[in-house]
Amino acid sequence: MISRTLTYLGRHLDGFLLALIAVLLAAGLLVLYSATGESLPRLFSQLANITVAMVVLWCAANTPPHYLMRLALPTYVLGLLLLVCVALFGEVSNGARRWLHLGVTRIQPSELMKVGVPLALAWYFDRYETALRFSHFAVAGLLLGAPVLLVAKQPDLGTALLIAAAGFYVIFLAGLSWRVLVVLAGAGLAAMPLLWGVMHDYQRRRILTLLDPSQDPLGAGYHTIQATIAVGSGGAFGKGWLHGTQAHLDFLPERSTDFIFAVFSEEFGLLGNLILLVLFLMVIGRGLFITFNAPTLFTRLLAGTLSLTFFTYVFVNMGMVSGILPVVGVPLPMISYGGTALVSVLFGLGILMSIHSHKRLVKS
Amino acid sequence: MDPLAVFRSSRKRSEAANRRPEMRDHEKDLRSFHLRLGVSATTVLAVFLLLALRFSYLQVIRHEYYHTLAENNRVTIVPIVPNRGLILDRNATVLAHNYAAYTLEIFPNKVRDLDATIDALARVVEIAPRDRKRFRKLLEESKDLTSVPIRARLSDEEVARFAANKFRFPAVEIRARLFRHYPNGELASHVIGYIGRVTEADLDRLETQGQSANYTGTDFIGKTGLESHYELELHGRTGFDEVETDAGGHAIRTLRSQLPASGNNLRLSLDARLQEVAERAFGEHRGALIAIDPATGGVLALVSKPGFDPNLFVDGIDPANWELLNTSLDRPLNNRALQGMYPPGSTFKPFMALAALELEKRSPQYAISDPGFFVLAGSGHHYRDWKVGGHGSVDMHRAIVISCDTYFYGLALDVGIDNIHRFISQFGFGKRTGVDIDGEAGGLLPSPEWKRRRYKQKWFAGDTVSVGIGQGYNLSTPLQLAQATAVLANGGTAFRPHIVREIQNSQTSATRAVEQQPINNLNLKAENVQLVRQAMVDVTRPGGTAGAAGAGAPYAFAGKTGTAQVVAIKQTEKYDERKVAERHRDHALFISYAPADKPTIALAILVENGGHGGATAAPIARKVFDFYLLGKVPEVKPADDGDGEESD
Repeated sequence: MISRTLTYLGRHLDGFLLALIAVLLAAGLLVLYSATGESLPRLFSQLANITVAMVVLWCAANTPPHYLMRLALPTYVLGLLLLVCVALFGEVSNGARRWLHLGVTRIQPSELMKVGVPLALAWYFDRYETALRFSHFAVAGLLLGAPVLLVAKQPDLGTALLIAAAGFYVIFLAGLSWRVLVVLAGAGLAAMPLLWGVMHDYQRRRILTLLDPSQDPLGAGYHTIQATIAVGSGGAFGKGWLHGTQAHLDFLPERSTDFIFAVFSEEFGLLGNLILLVLFLMVIGRGLFITFNAPTLFTRLLAGTLSLTFFTYVFVNMGMVSGILPVVGVPLPMISYGGTALVSVLFGLGILMSIHSHKRLVKS
Repeated sequence: MDPLAVFRSSRKRSEAANRRPEMRDHEKDLRSFHLRLGVSATTVLAVFLLLALRFSYLQVIRHEYYHTLAENNRVTIVPIVPNRGLILDRNATVLAHNYAAYTLEIFPNKVRDLDATIDALARVVEIAPRDRKRFRKLLEESKDLTSVPIRARLSDEEVARFAANKFRFPAVEIRARLFRHYPNGELASHVIGYIGRVTEADLDRLETQGQSANYTGTDFIGKTGLESHYELELHGRTGFDEVETDAGGHAIRTLRSQLPASGNNLRLSLDARLQEVAERAFGEHRGALIAIDPATGGVLALVSKPGFDPNLFVDGIDPANWELLNTSLDRPLNNRALQGMYPPGSTFKPFMALAALELEKRSPQYAISDPGFFVLAGSGHHYRDWKVGGHGSVDMHRAIVISCDTYFYGLALDVGIDNIHRFISQFGFGKRTGVDIDGEAGGLLPSPEWKRRRYKQKWFAGDTVSVGIGQGYNLSTPLQLAQATAVLANGGTAFRPHIVREIQNSQTSATRAVEQQPINNLNLKAENVQLVRQAMVDVTRPGGTAGAAGAGAPYAFAGKTGTAQVVAIKQTEKYDERKVAERHRDHALFISYAPADKPTIALAILVENGGHGGATAAPIARKVFDFYLLGKVPEVKPADDGDGEESD
């Protein structure tokens, strides 16, 4: 009876992905315990986050893709409206207008768009699948550009770039011609100085800091310097769990959230890093495999962009901690402390599972 | 896996089978998709390889280096706060400087029982309850693990006594810190402003200005006046020591350091001695005075009485003094010169006269017969002149000299409100002058458009009549009046008033002048300006409303008195100064410049509840001119209400 119930509950879950998720979450809890100075309350708080996120994952896995398809346009429109509202009446915090007050709670609509944009684009391409022309790609570019610009104006360049990346993956996978891609890449390079011109001072400094962190040891350079020391001092096999000095002597900023990977690196060394890389690679690989087998254009595009977005998070975070990318606030999926990010990551993986399991149903 | 297997299972199969060309497209699309998926997978692999290489580089090749750093990390960055720039007047008199003093600081992370430590300390040096309160507050605010001051400005004796007992307090240290000092106390307090502790709001603003790194370690920031407006000039660049410490946090050696660069010095156009003469001339009166050099727009003196002692704010104002400054009826923290808005009253008349002449609505010879009131045609409403019974025959010159209201009621109607608004706004009324102190009020030069927006009402002819004598909706700051007077004094060129004349780079000693370019030229006709200016000279001569103030002056000066009503008087009631409570008495106004033929100083004076401009405000101008032009220092005696000829 119990086993029948379990089988029923798990019939849309993907065993392979689930196992990877479990290992990564466990690793995350281990590091978190060390990074917070062996704080049990923080551990339990993260466990609560995990519980919520797992429920979300289950729900996503049990939602057939064509329901998601129906939700795509409304989600996008709602997200865009909320972004406009933020621009008009948003609450300013730390010099940026990102939050929207809704009486009791406040929300950050840019988070919604991380899902809303790829959903909408995948839906759009699927709708015109039979006769995709260049004009459709142009429209898709507009659908992507509007929210990206709104978020960039807040200013939240990090999130804007992540949304832009997610949207770009859809457009790329949908078959935007290579020639246009080359032209876009060229235009992008040419626009670099322009972008530099509209960037805020602190954003520019973060990029300059990347080139030479010692220039600004009091400000933006501090994060990079200390994180690099933590990673480098970890050596091949690490200092051992709970023995990272950088983390425990308070040198590492944000060590339980965005910079948790520095703690991991310090304590588990190159060996730990490579294992973690392989685990992430397996998640991404599984995602791409699901993408390869997805039955419709919508699910193919969605699965592809979800996998690649996941990859982007991992790369941006690890690149930032190891000093090859500028400091942007991107957490490491499933390792960093925090509920919102965890929920959205597991929601994405849940959709991947749904795409895979419902394809099987279609087949049978 | 065969890609076509997936394809066959797709819902598009039947459609595709029916239309063969499309099916080929689909196959092609799918192949293209899989190619792109392959490209993506390759990219992922390549990027992960890059990460793995980076990790290997950091953790294997450079491991020794980072290992040493982490072992000694223990490398801490200690910011060195730069010296704040000085504020000097035009003769290099110091208005704000820094001095070093010893503070007693506690390292809270090394102390088990803070209260016990403080109690023990209190037996060695004096620690007031106020110090404890401030310490608690600072402790909450300090985010990092640096030291927190418990006592500032130790005396030499206290330093010695603590030094003898130092062994008992391992977590307490004496530090030499720089404090801001304003040697002249209240003098020019509203100009200089003051500094205070950096707050959360300041930090947010610094972040958007890209200055947060530079303010690491900075405890104080300009809050008002020049200290605030020129904060980024005055602050300087923070230096740092990269210090190697042992596990206990004690410094072993300095690895590298960058010296701080002191903030830049401000050289003002303000003359501290003139400022002092002007402030003293006010006596016990509240009010404001602004003196401007008409040739440059440089502010020579800027008074707002009462003032306050900015030194009270330097290391955190105590609650008792703060309460006193904030609740006082005299509102000493309010900068009346910039923020106070008052009806300009009769000081508005020279500008009205100029408007009528320039727009050719009145000839200088045109004279009215003044019965002591003006009747607005069609309404029957009487607008009274200040003189019961009237002035008889009045032309433009006489109208200014004796400040005839009746003449200007009619003149305003002839010119019309739109013309008035357009012409007068050129003198700077109704908009911020852009002086280099923050918080300036904009004043109000009314127009029909403004009234529609503000009150949703149309403009009445009666509104124009009141505007003609500077009453009605008119509001201006003393600074705007001074600015307008300076424009009149130099014949029609507007400069942006500025207090800082030049900024001196602390590193190179090179000075950089603050812009003194004219912002606007009014292109007034010389003969019109001449007429108004001659009338204003006669105001200060016998028979004029400020005749008493001008008596015996060895130089000629021009002026115009004014009175701003505080309480509205009913149509039928006679205004009796003696009956009105002191705080309800009219504000006295006086605008003036000297010498009349080649003006070097233009000023506006407001005396709150001073009654008549000629009686209380004009004598202050005389004292300021006597000092500025003749070097005569007035005898120390509070200005009393002299008995000038009472007028408007």
